[in-house]
Amino acid sequence: MNIWLNFLIDSMAFGATFIYGSTGEILTEKAGHLNLGIPGIMCMGGAGGCLVLNAIGRSSLPPFLIVILGILGSLALAMLCGMIYSFLTVTLRANQNVTGLALTTFGVGLMKVIMSKLDATVYLVGPKQMYRWPFANRQDSLQAMGILFFAAVIIAVLAGWILFRTKTGLHLRAVGENPATADAVGINVTKYKYAATCIGSGIAGLGGFYYIIDYMASQEAYLSLEAFGWLSIALVIFALWRPPLTIIGSVVFGFLFSVSSFITNVPWINVTMAMKPILKMLPYVVTILVLIVSSIRNKRENQPPASLGLSYFREER
Amino acid sequence: MASVKRHAEAREPLMHLSKRASISPVRSWIIRICAVLLGFLLCGLIAFLLIEKLQQNPGRIGDFYYAFIKGAFGTSRKFWKFLRSTAVLLCIALALTPAFRMRFWNTGGEGQTLVGVLGAIAVDFYLGGKIPEGLLLVLMLLAALCCGAVWGVIPALFKAKWNTNETLFTLMMNYVATYLVAYFLVVWVPSGSSSLSKLQHGKLPTLGNDYLLIILIVLALTIGLHIYLNYTKHGYEISVVGESIRTAQYVGIKVGKVVIRTMILSGMLCGLAGYLIAAGMDQTITTESAGGQGFTAIMVSWLGKFNPLAMILTSALIQVLNQGAAQISQDFDVSGAMPSVIVGIILFFIIGSEFFINYQIHFRGHSAKAGKGALK
Repeated sequence: MNIWLNFLIDSMAFGATFIYGSTGEILTEKAGHLNLGIPGIMCMGGAGGCLVLNAIGRSSLPPFLIVILGILGSLALAMLCGMIYSFLTVTLRANQNVTGLALTTFGVGLMKVIMSKLDATVYLVGPKQMYRWPFANRQDSLQAMGILFFAAVIIAVLAGWILFRTKTGLHLRAVGENPATADAVGINVTKYKYAATCIGSGIAGLGGFYYIIDYMASQEAYLSLEAFGWLSIALVIFALWRPPLTIIGSVVFGFLFSVSSFITNVPWINVTMAMKPILKMLPYVVTILVLIVSSIRNKRENQPPASLGLSYFREER
Repeated sequence: MASVKRHAEAREPLMHLSKRASISPVRSWIIRICAVLLGFLLCGLIAFLLIEKLQQNPGRIGDFYYAFIKGAFGTSRKFWKFLRSTAVLLCIALALTPAFRMRFWNTGGEGQTLVGVLGAIAVDFYLGGKIPEGLLLVLMLLAALCCGAVWGVIPALFKAKWNTNETLFTLMMNYVATYLVAYFLVVWVPSGSSSLSKLQHGKLPTLGNDYLLIILIVLALTIGLHIYLNYTKHGYEISVVGESIRTAQYVGIKVGKVVIRTMILSGMLCGLAGYLIAAGMDQTITTESAGGQGFTAIMVSWLGKFNPLAMILTSALIQVLNQGAAQISQDFDVSGAMPSVIVGIILFFIIGSEFFINYQIHFRGHSAKAGKGALK
């Protein structure tokens, strides 16, 4: 296959990790909660799925059941983290930045403890092929495009449709923009915040699971997962809080991030070792530029939700 | 406090909340200590799930808790290490505090500290051995302060001019800093291993032992910052901007100027922490030189209610947990990631306990009783 096409497909497959992470974060942020726990949640999602696969990876269950149980395990642990976060920030009205950072500390640590106890020959070797259906037997980069990749695209489009085309989405955005007003028209603010955070966390957790089991499919994958959680938060800004745009953004990010290792394969581009870190810096620099430009243009639909990061207490004025 | 539920006779909810007007310090500390104890209890339970040696021999649970004391206070070397790591963490937390007090969420402590280390090490790398040691140390300090200040002021400029979201901006700057360090490591160590061996020059003088000087510097900084924030005009302006930007504008405070000035200070102090790491401890640099402390410092500062003196306690608590958990991973042969799990759990409980200090729960039918919610 053409080298550039191969690279594009690899960027897309890599990008699916970010699609999950940032779609989950967008849902949470649209409810007014800046969840810096996303890296921890993604890690826990990965750990949850692998934990289940570690138990059933060699069993004689039909493949589709193994795939589904793995996904459920991933969702369960990630949503549990989402519950911790929303209990602390919604019900107990704790500071969101601090809670998120504590959750990341906790999640990344616990994931490392759990993963160091699991056996990669059980949770990875067999199930990997099942998750990579239908391209499992291809030799090119298309092999990393399994069901979880397509699920990522579908979830992002669906999330965009719900947010901007349905009444539920309208209510959710109202909660994120001005919870007091939403409360006044009878929207159950607490319910929306909980639901958005937990569902968002579940989606983000799948990203971690996808990265470990499908895209990287290696025993050491979990060690590098945290960095991509932070990159997912960056992608939210890049995508201007619109889930479908994360699909395009994720390809750009995937491209920028892996271009440094890919570019050495291109004969007519001469790149020194020192250029690699600079190229890896690009996703973050581009994100900063997007953040600056969107704040200068100051168009209302491209801004963060107005009450992002603030707790809501009904009796406060 | 009088309950505010007179009007809701028809369908009274099971409970409702109100903000406390005030709470006695004793009661608030009882709530906090209860929270930490509950956290430790949960840590014990989680340990049973994760640590095989504990499952085989449940009697060792005493050892598990004793490790927290042993880890930080077991030997005099451990104790000094504990004091020094507390000091460095405290230094970064102090640096972030002025920004937090004006509600500028500087999540970039990690990056600002890292470029501080980078500045100091760069001077050391190029000038070490060529100029007198004393001059070298001064130049390293200046470089670290400048680098930190630059890294801090960039987001502040955009915040002041266009109200760019500072939380996300400073967060991204952390990673730019990480890869900047990676770049210099490739340039400085052409062999490709990218690990810079310990430099021979540019080491802070020792005061009795390797640890004391750093501790004294940070102690002086703590007192200095306490005075700056509470007893100077600058400190007052920071508080006013933090409380209400409109009030600040009304009384003629130039908000943009205060934001930029405070972030220069914040970045500079992070740079100082970087200098302490570079010249006082490591004399080399990796992309992990700040080691996540920039993020931990955010929690230290918040837990200490942005009060420099209280932050001594909170940073000490975090380091007791860190060193204790490291001791546990050694004694019980578990993954080195154990400290993060334990710190995370205890933090959840402390974060949650603030609610019971700030709010009061009124149950249906009962007269309001303060502190009741502490049993979570």
